[in-house]
Amino acid sequence: MIAQFGYFVLWISLATSLFAVGAAVYGYYKPSQRWVDSARNAMLLSFPLLTLSALTLIYLISNNHFEIDFVYAVTSRSMPTYLKVTALWGGQAGSLLFWSWLMSVFASAVMLRKWDRDREFLPWVIVVSSITLAFFISLIVFYENPFARYWQNFDGSVITAMFQPNGSVPFIPADGRGLNPLLRHPGMIIHPPMLYLGFVSFVIPFAFSIAALVTGRTDDRWIRITRRWTLVAWLFLSMGLVLGSRWAYDVLGWGGFWGWDPVEIAAFMPWLTGTAFVHSVMIQEKRGMFKHWNTLLIILTYSLVIFGTFLTRSGVLSSVHAFAQSAIGPAFFIFIGVTFIASASLLIYRWNDLKSESKLTSVFSREAFFLLNNLFFISILIVCFWGVIFPLISELATGQKVTVGPPFYERATGPLFAALIFLMGIAPLSAWGHSTYKTLGRAMWKPAVAAVVAEVAVIAFGLRNPYALVGFLIIFLSLFITLHEFWRGIRARSRATSENFFLSSWRLVGRNRRRYGGYIIHISMILMAIGILGIELFQTETQGTIAQGQSLNVGGYTVTYKDLAIFDTADARNVARAVVEVSKNGKVLAELHPRRDYFYESQQPMTIPGVRSTIESDLYVILVDWQPILATGATFKVYYNPLVNWLWAGSILFIFGALVAVWPDKDPEYESARERAKSAQQTSAAD
Amino acid sequence: MKKLLWTIPFVLVLALLWKGHVAAQAPTPSDDDVNLVAKQLFCPVCENTPLDVCPTQACAQWRALIRQKLGEGWTDAQIKQYFVDQYGARVLSEPPRAGLNWLVYIVPPILFVVGVVILVRTFRPAENDTYSESADTTPVSGGESSSEGAAAPDEYTARLEDELKKRN
Repeated sequence: MIAQFGYFVLWISLATSLFAVGAAVYGYYKPSQRWVDSARNAMLLSFPLLTLSALTLIYLISNNHFEIDFVYAVTSRSMPTYLKVTALWGGQAGSLLFWSWLMSVFASAVMLRKWDRDREFLPWVIVVSSITLAFFISLIVFYENPFARYWQNFDGSVITAMFQPNGSVPFIPADGRGLNPLLRHPGMIIHPPMLYLGFVSFVIPFAFSIAALVTGRTDDRWIRITRRWTLVAWLFLSMGLVLGSRWAYDVLGWGGFWGWDPVEIAAFMPWLTGTAFVHSVMIQEKRGMFKHWNTLLIILTYSLVIFGTFLTRSGVLSSVHAFAQSAIGPAFFIFIGVTFIASASLLIYRWNDLKSESKLTSVFSREAFFLLNNLFFISILIVCFWGVIFPLISELATGQKVTVGPPFYERATGPLFAALIFLMGIAPLSAWGHSTYKTLGRAMWKPAVAAVVAEVAVIAFGLRNPYALVGFLIIFLSLFITLHEFWRGIRARSRATSENFFLSSWRLVGRNRRRYGGYIIHISMILMAIGILGIELFQTETQGTIAQGQSLNVGGYTVTYKDLAIFDTADARNVARAVVEVSKNGKVLAELHPRRDYFYESQQPMTIPGVRSTIESDLYVILVDWQPILATGATFKVYYNPLVNWLWAGSILFIFGALVAVWPDKDPEYESARERAKSAQQTSAAD
Repeated sequence: MKKLLWTIPFVLVLALLWKGHVAAQAPTPSDDDVNLVAKQLFCPVCENTPLDVCPTQACAQWRALIRQKLGEGWTDAQIKQYFVDQYGARVLSEPPRAGLNWLVYIVPPILFVVGVVILVRTFRPAENDTYSESADTTPVSGGESSSEGAAAPDEYTARLEDELKKRN
């Protein structure tokens, strides 16, 4: 009965979303504000409806209703309550419901903004948001119903259906299969919501861009409205990617954080276009240029958000045949095709209205550098997109499956990332409109000298790898330029106001949040680049089977096998936990406990490394195998990952920088209106 | 002669024994040797998992096979080819450079060059613009540049009027 209620509410929310589309279109063309308001209310209603549906499913999961197919697949009696709640996004059907719920949150939030100055956008923002929402709800209702339950026929076969088929009786399994062990990590608990938040929040700027195209209001108003939405979307997507990387590092047990897996790339592609968009819109705001390009970028980002979900949800990655057999795949494919063609057609229709208001006058201007930045981001996107879809093309054309793995991506994207880091350093030095190499040279010679000195220092410390030397030179240059920019700003403010260094820094950043938030993000990216360079170029590893008391050596460290314990836990795990001692030059530094958990319910193992982390490196020990009876010998794989923690430190700084940039300013138009009203009031009072 | 006849089998037995001794002493490939090859291969049945880190039982057996082949003196290339023959090109970390697979390598650079060309073309009007600005200050009779020079003030006036309209 409860399941039927959740399913019924889903149907109502689908009907509401479709009504919102119809009412908004009718209200726009009639024109009738009442219909548009009705559409807005319908859009707002989707949030409580989907909340109700999601809560119903959470209730079923939490109360062990294993007669529900989805509940059986993702939970078990032994799972703790918090994991049961997060199991909502642990399977296909639940994650689609969660996606839709988040979409309704953002769509409702945007409905609640003040629309007085942008009323013509409202119907089309409703149309785009509601169509997207209706599509995802349709997938749940028609293909991936999380409320479907088990029924047993008289011949003993068990089937899944929403309502009781003739001649069947309810079937209730005693326990569920439990959540995939790999999804029980804290990183994986937070990672999908962050990623989905990033995905759904990019729908909002896309909706405004379409509204601008349909209504013909093609000035930069839609960009100004969505600037913060875009940054929030970008922040969430970035956090989702970082958390996913951390999860891979902690759980997958291969000593790395990014394997260029198609699922990772699926989430990375919208980030690439989103990042290009975040930079490119500034050119439109400042110089009224590249309006076509910005619209195309947000259309691409939206399409890639749907495409990313399609890649991970349709089964297409395992095989094109799996895609053809899945019901959800073709639906996604058609939706992506239709929305992309419709959006691109609108762009072409408004092409002449989107002409640039200025022209590029200098190859050293800020806009020229931003354009180059966009070229590099889009080039990385092309490499990623092509690498992901080529195996499908190959399978379709020749029947032969091929793998496009890390060597391809690393070779193709490495120079592009290096170029981006370099641009990240020098672009803020150039002025909008016009700059010359002389002005740039004057601004960067001091940081350049510091970078050369730092480079000489790393050479003196023994670094000889040519790729690392080039990488570090670029990193040092960008880092010192950015720090120098901070220093110049703080010093100028401090001199002008006689504030001390810290107060000046605080106020400088507070008064120019977008600029200095951006600089903080740049520094965080540089820290991440240091971490990536360290692990990519200098990671070393060794593996060996050793007896108790014996050791393995890697990266100057000695890892000695001390003990192994094998035991069962209350939450249905069999744990093999080793004790190893880490020492360097005879001095004991740490005791680590790499382990292998075997989950009885899902019959899946999970490798949890023992890690000793310092700012300089990680020593990452994995228990690969052991002799089960006497536990006298065990196989360990040990990775020495230099500088990897700079990557995680950079991620934290990134969040801080993004929050600084996103933090709302006072609306200047609202403020000036308030000022005017205040002075008018004072005047009338004086009269 | 008889002594020599006795000596030959003796030497042969010794040689065989010596060879057997060498075989027994030949170092078994280490885990690192195996991983060095396995790292270049992908699990034939899992999705996008390098063979050196794949946790399945099947992959453990394939690693054992690599160890055996290395022990028999096979080279890395021979082992990789063996896996390709058995399971297809999907076990390689990159598509072999042949036939249709060339597309994966040439399409991104071609599109990058197209991007660069578009970028350069975006800069071209700026060059013309600079020229037209100079033409505007130093009038030249006839030719394209003079017409551009004449067009520039019109464009400026139109923009100015637009701005004024917006302000009003």
